Amino acid sequence: MSLKIAMVTAMLCLVPAALPALADLPVPMIYLRQEVTPPSTLSELDPVPEDQGVQGAMLALKDSRTTGAFLGQDYSLDLVSVPEGGDFASAAREALSRSRLIVADMPAETLLQLADMAPDALILDVATGDPRLRSADCRANVLHTALEDGARADALMQVLQRKRWTKAAMIVGPRIADRAFAGELARAARKFGVRIVDEKDWTFDTDLRRSTATEIPLFTQGFPEHDVVLVADEAADFARYIPDNTWAPRPVAGAAGMVPAAWSPVLEQWGASQLQQRFAAQAGRPMRPRDYAGWLAVRAIAESVTRSGSADPATLRAYMLSDAFALDGFQGRSLSFRPWNGQLRQPVPVANDRALIDLAPVEGFLHQVNEMDTLGLDRPESACTAFGG
Amino acid sequence: MRLLPLLLCSALVTPATAAEIWVTNEKDDTISVIDIATLEVTRTIPTGERPRGITFSHDFSRVYICASDSNAVQVMDPATGQILNDLPSGEDPEQFVPHPDDRHLWIANENDAVTTVVDTESRSVVAQINVGIEPEGMAVSPDGKTVITTSETTSMAHWIDTATHQIYANSLVDARPRHAEFTADGAELWVSSEIGGTVSVFKAADQSPLAKIKFEIPGVHPDLIQPVGFEFTPDGTTAFVALGPANHVAVVDMQSFKVRDYILTGRRVWHLAFSPDHSQLFTTNGVSGDVTVIDVASEKPVKTIKVGRFPWGAAMRP
Repeated sequence: MSLKIAMVTAMLCLVPAALPALADLPVPMIYLRQEVTPPSTLSELDPVPEDQGVQGAMLALKDSRTTGAFLGQDYSLDLVSVPEGGDFASAAREALSRSRLIVADMPAETLLQLADMAPDALILDVATGDPRLRSADCRANVLHTALEDGARADALMQVLQRKRWTKAAMIVGPRIADRAFAGELARAARKFGVRIVDEKDWTFDTDLRRSTATEIPLFTQGFPEHDVVLVADEAADFARYIPDNTWAPRPVAGAAGMVPAAWSPVLEQWGASQLQQRFAAQAGRPMRPRDYAGWLAVRAIAESVTRSGSADPATLRAYMLSDAFALDGFQGRSLSFRPWNGQLRQPVPVANDRALIDLAPVEGFLHQVNEMDTLGLDRPESACTAFGG
Repeated sequence: MRLLPLLLCSALVTPATAAEIWVTNEKDDTISVIDIATLEVTRTIPTGERPRGITFSHDFSRVYICASDSNAVQVMDPATGQILNDLPSGEDPEQFVPHPDDRHLWIANENDAVTTVVDTESRSVVAQINVGIEPEGMAVSPDGKTVITTSETTSMAHWIDTATHQIYANSLVDARPRHAEFTADGAELWVSSEIGGTVSVFKAADQSPLAKIKFEIPGVHPDLIQPVGFEFTPDGTTAFVALGPANHVAVVDMQSFKVRDYILTGRRVWHLAFSPDHSQLFTTNGVSGDVTVIDVASEKPVKTIKVGRFPWGAAMRP
């Protein structure tokens, strides 16, 4: 049945559009979210918006519905949001009974639970950067539009190496995620020839809004000679107080200063300003990395539906992993999925609050297949076998 | 004091009849005027905000400029550089095409997903047509019966009947279509796809695909080969295709659809314009802020001319 509709739709591309579409191909998608309260931070200046991720996916839905109107494809996206402590399994079962195209916004453990519930679903992960989901714990039915943590670290190290700022002192926050990202920074530093000369754990519980000017210089005074201060602070808790308060006059990178992220509000090249404007008009706030991942996920599904004329998860997955798939991500390169672990290849902007510093892959960092594969887990580094690799 | 050199230049150039290339500088809000005889910039003319598309009226008495961030199409007297009036253009006009009737402008409104038809005489909007997301490339068939709008995010060329203002066909192309042109005989439509890295050619009569042109430059990653603007030689044998961050212009045989050569230009080559005798081709190079002059006969770059920041569109004034 769906194959018949698909063929009709494919033919419609060539026949006059003024004719009414014979039958629309329904493409129902579900944005499935496990709500997580973000850790509290010292400053209240930048609260995490409750609709982050969702807004990006909604914008892509709007973009795709326009295309769909010309091609006889009817896209929809339902939000299913499970409160903290709620019954995720039954919410997921209900969602899967309505659609097998899932945009997943949830922590790694929950994502694995979802993936194992529905091997025939196509799940696009917009929330986790965890390397194990791209390696030993990968799943064949999970593709990632969320940027992996290692790619952020690699991007930053490429930029530092390019600037010859190769001696780094590192401050590591108290949370598990901070320690994990510090590990990624250390790994990427070795990969790209940056030396971490010292590392200090952030243990302060003082109110930095009052004592920044006295506490930070003392904290950073003991570092040996360094070019740059790295900050691993995944919740953006204390990092904002580090720049311009260090003992030595040094730039800051990581969670403040030069920040590597999948998306930054300061991007304007490569048509990005159009996407930023459309997003801000819809959401009333700047676009965040999770919004970008949500946008990419829905666009990846819609692009595959447009080109394959099908809404079948297996057909779409095969198309996404094929050489034919090319997604425009407003970052100047065509994006594709890595066939060994389902991670979307993407450039990584390194930006400060006001401007883009550089876009990784930085010129000069070469790769035998695709320069974007210098960022994150390359084929030999990934232990993933679910993709037949 | 700062006005003096400008005035002086205008005074000197106004009576001259030498052919010129007009280049819009997207980030400077100016036009750089290049004298074709000397290959020098002879004057710099202020415009509205973020000038991109530029084209002359048939008799070259007016020049139309898409001032995208001013949400206007500006009409300028090319002799004096004075803005005569603004046209109502819809929001964020990016590119346009003058209809062969020399009266109507068809404008792509990038932020609004519409194509706007403006009557340049009554200065009124005649129609707005819903198209895909981020419309950009505009083309008109030589007989004036069909206008094409390409939508970047929708990856489509929309075929619009100019009499009814209705879309009568849609052609899917590769990602991020940027520019469209009909061949001089009206038989073919060419559409460039920036992110897809291809140029699609369609038979205009029935919109059937004829060819998809791919590009390959040794030492340049395929991702960076991003075709944008292109121009045809008047004899219909050769197409010159600007390849964006690949920093080359491809020379394409229009019969075999094969690439014959690649010509090195400045950085992020975007749009092109011929000299009146078609012996020279001028390319706008956005990132390096200059214009490359290509000798068409030898297919070699012969000169680089510094213009403003992020040169975007180019148009010839005889």
